[in-house]
Amino acid sequence: MRKLTAATAVAFGILAIGAGAASAEKLTVGLASEPTSLDPHFHNLGPNNAMSVHIFDRLIAQDEKQRLSPGLAVSWQPIDDLTWEFKLREGVKFHDGSDFTADDVVCTMARAPEVPNSPSGYGTYLKGKEVIKIDDYTVHFKTEAPYPLMGNDISTIPVISEAGCAATTEEFNAGTAAIGTGPFKFQSYTPGESIVLTRNDDYWGDAPIWSEVEFRPITSGPSRVASLLAGDVDMISGVPTTDIATLEGNSDIQLSQGVSNRVIYLHMDQFRENSPFVKANGGGDIVNPLLDVRVRKAISMAINRDAIVERVMEGVALPAGQLLPEGFFGVSDKLDVVAYDPDGAKALLAEAGYPDGFELTIHGPNDRYINDAKIAEAIAQMLTRVGIKTAVETMPRSVYFGRASTGSPDGLPEFSFILVGWGAGSGEASSPLKSLIHTFDKDAGFGSSNRGRHSDPETDALIEEALATVDDAKRQELLAQATERAIENVAIIPTHFQVNTWAAQTGLSYVARTDEYTLATGVVKE
Amino acid sequence: MTVFIIRRMLQALLVVFLMSVIVFFGVNIVGDPVYMLVSPDADQADIEAAIARLGLDRPIWEQYWLFLKGAAQGDLGNSFIFGEPALKLILHHMPATMELAFSALILAIVIGIPLGLYAGLYPDSRISKGIMAASIFGFSLPTFWVGLMLIMLFAVELRWVPATGRGDLGSFLGFQSSLFTLDGLSHLFLPALNLALLKISLAIRLTRAGVREAMGQDYVKYARAKGLSTRRIILVHVMKNIMIPVVTVMGLEFGSLIGFSVVTETIFAWPGMGKLLIDAILQLDRPVVVAYLMIIVLFFVLINLIVDILYSILDPRVRLQDQGA
Repeated sequence: MRKLTAATAVAFGILAIGAGAASAEKLTVGLASEPTSLDPHFHNLGPNNAMSVHIFDRLIAQDEKQRLSPGLAVSWQPIDDLTWEFKLREGVKFHDGSDFTADDVVCTMARAPEVPNSPSGYGTYLKGKEVIKIDDYTVHFKTEAPYPLMGNDISTIPVISEAGCAATTEEFNAGTAAIGTGPFKFQSYTPGESIVLTRNDDYWGDAPIWSEVEFRPITSGPSRVASLLAGDVDMISGVPTTDIATLEGNSDIQLSQGVSNRVIYLHMDQFRENSPFVKANGGGDIVNPLLDVRVRKAISMAINRDAIVERVMEGVALPAGQLLPEGFFGVSDKLDVVAYDPDGAKALLAEAGYPDGFELTIHGPNDRYINDAKIAEAIAQMLTRVGIKTAVETMPRSVYFGRASTGSPDGLPEFSFILVGWGAGSGEASSPLKSLIHTFDKDAGFGSSNRGRHSDPETDALIEEALATVDDAKRQELLAQATERAIENVAIIPTHFQVNTWAAQTGLSYVARTDEYTLATGVVKE
Repeated sequence: MTVFIIRRMLQALLVVFLMSVIVFFGVNIVGDPVYMLVSPDADQADIEAAIARLGLDRPIWEQYWLFLKGAAQGDLGNSFIFGEPALKLILHHMPATMELAFSALILAIVIGIPLGLYAGLYPDSRISKGIMAASIFGFSLPTFWVGLMLIMLFAVELRWVPATGRGDLGSFLGFQSSLFTLDGLSHLFLPALNLALLKISLAIRLTRAGVREAMGQDYVKYARAKGLSTRRIILVHVMKNIMIPVVTVMGLEFGSLIGFSVVTETIFAWPGMGKLLIDAILQLDRPVVVAYLMIIVLFFVLINLIVDILYSILDPRVRLQDQGA
């Protein structure tokens, strides 16, 4: 009899555990890259921003396509040329029970650019903006000149409570100060091991379906996939392209894919007569052919983007003809992907005076973008086929970006022809136009990543005009025009847009995001 | 004796100083950490501010001088990425590595020595040949591949243990470790086994060689003649004699288990020092790399110093030489 009781107890115990697991709704996610802190203003870095979205709301939210939608602000609009008025959401409570008001916004905007020891802060988005409290639920942002991108900039700043404004980064990491208004509350944080969040049952928006979420950093790609297959985690981000085909054939696993805001492109030296990595056939000196727009156009035509997408990226990418994929604000509907035309490329090279081509070296990182080194190799082969004998040199990103930006003896970009990527954090076209295409101008802060130093006054004028145009329709048109002109002048050569892949246990799917964030709120049950 | 110790300590200090020069300059001339840290949206002014904040605008000898000044006070600099003292970060990750290294050592001893003993006692048996062949694999297969295979077999196919990560912590006698919980042990099993494989092979080979040598010695023959049981001869007399090289080598290997568990920690997402080091190298978090290497240097120098002093106590000839010099 006693034995029977024991057996029954065990059976019930198992049942109880089973039932408990089903109703607890815990989600475990394996992350490809780990946040460096839970202080939302410490490090302006993708993984950090993605994690902070769970705990801290923004005044303006970015949806999965980075379109702006009301967050803690219900409306935002310019009331004159220099003032934007934000109306705040009423009745929102922080995780500690205090009310959200304009004071929290004012102190958030003061703290965000000023965090001690921050590797890269949020000052970039708050420069030249003054925030003024009008009443408890109204704030004004004042600028020195008309500024259309107010919404995009403000959407990057996580809002903390006034109590947390004086807190240190350590206090945020310990959880005592990690108090926001977001859909999840801080539970525990062990760097390198796990971040655990619990549902905020008083959330002002749609309550998340998960009562608890655990994020585990698993940086090694194969290990991440194995953890998913072993059932340790419910979902992983950053599925290696080589594993996609295998996972597709696995009925226990479900993939979610979406194009990102990241364009992979080539920058060409357009400012030196003698470019260090361009040589005449045989290795002699030559006047830099990349200064000639026909040569740049020929290079673009010589690249078989479909082959890169199909073979190197295993189908997980989109050929690119401009700076952002369609659907983003400011893209042009007149631009197509440049068609692969090796004969046309040869003809153009001959017309430009290089019937036998020349010698070139392409430089690229080998640990930054998906398959970056392989892409550089493929491009070198394609160029060699039309007569531009191209050598490949790839290096770790820790060495590459410094040299590509300021590596020459006089502090200029060191290379002649480089492979880079750009993710438009603001989710619209002014981001790449301002940083990659506009003439390098240190004082104005333009062209900070213009490593080819392309410079065209007319494009610059269009970009600057767009950045001063508050009217959305007009700005969209100006950005599209600037993009068209930049592509016409072959300021850069876009090759493809990255597509990101998440994998989950069957029954779960992820709403893929263009900003590459992995959010628990985007994981849905089917 | 005191003079000897003082002299040895001065030598050790010199070694540490020279290593600090090599490590600091070696790490600081490679790459550019600024572009690893700043957001791509940052403009030129932001980038310059970041360079100034990290002190990278100063000449390198000045950076080194500041590092030395801090190091003398026990401050090895702040991590570029975490903004926290590098030393604190490393010490924080140390327990995880220690428990991994410790478990691997135990596995090496518990598995390696009995197998080696068997192979030494019955060198011609098939099982012994199998053990020796397997030990060759243990030596020659790359750790990262074996690690992935272990995950595929035990975690994905059999689902006996979790694939990655560290389990729950338990507390015992004031120590916090995942060794004290079932969940912790199940997480520890695969990485410890992976890290131990090479050491197991080493223990097998050392033990086997020792046993084969000892079995032909006079004292074994004498013990047999005296009528001692085989069991007693092997477990008491032979084991005692062959343990000396095994213990010495295993002790030394423990240092390398702690210092270089990088690959295993990466594959199994184990939050130890090795993982911290490899991340710091990839992201060019120079202060952490420098601090880590300095700690390891200090570690080895200290071990050597202790060994030297022990020798001088154990062996009077070392002292005599010292006086003569």
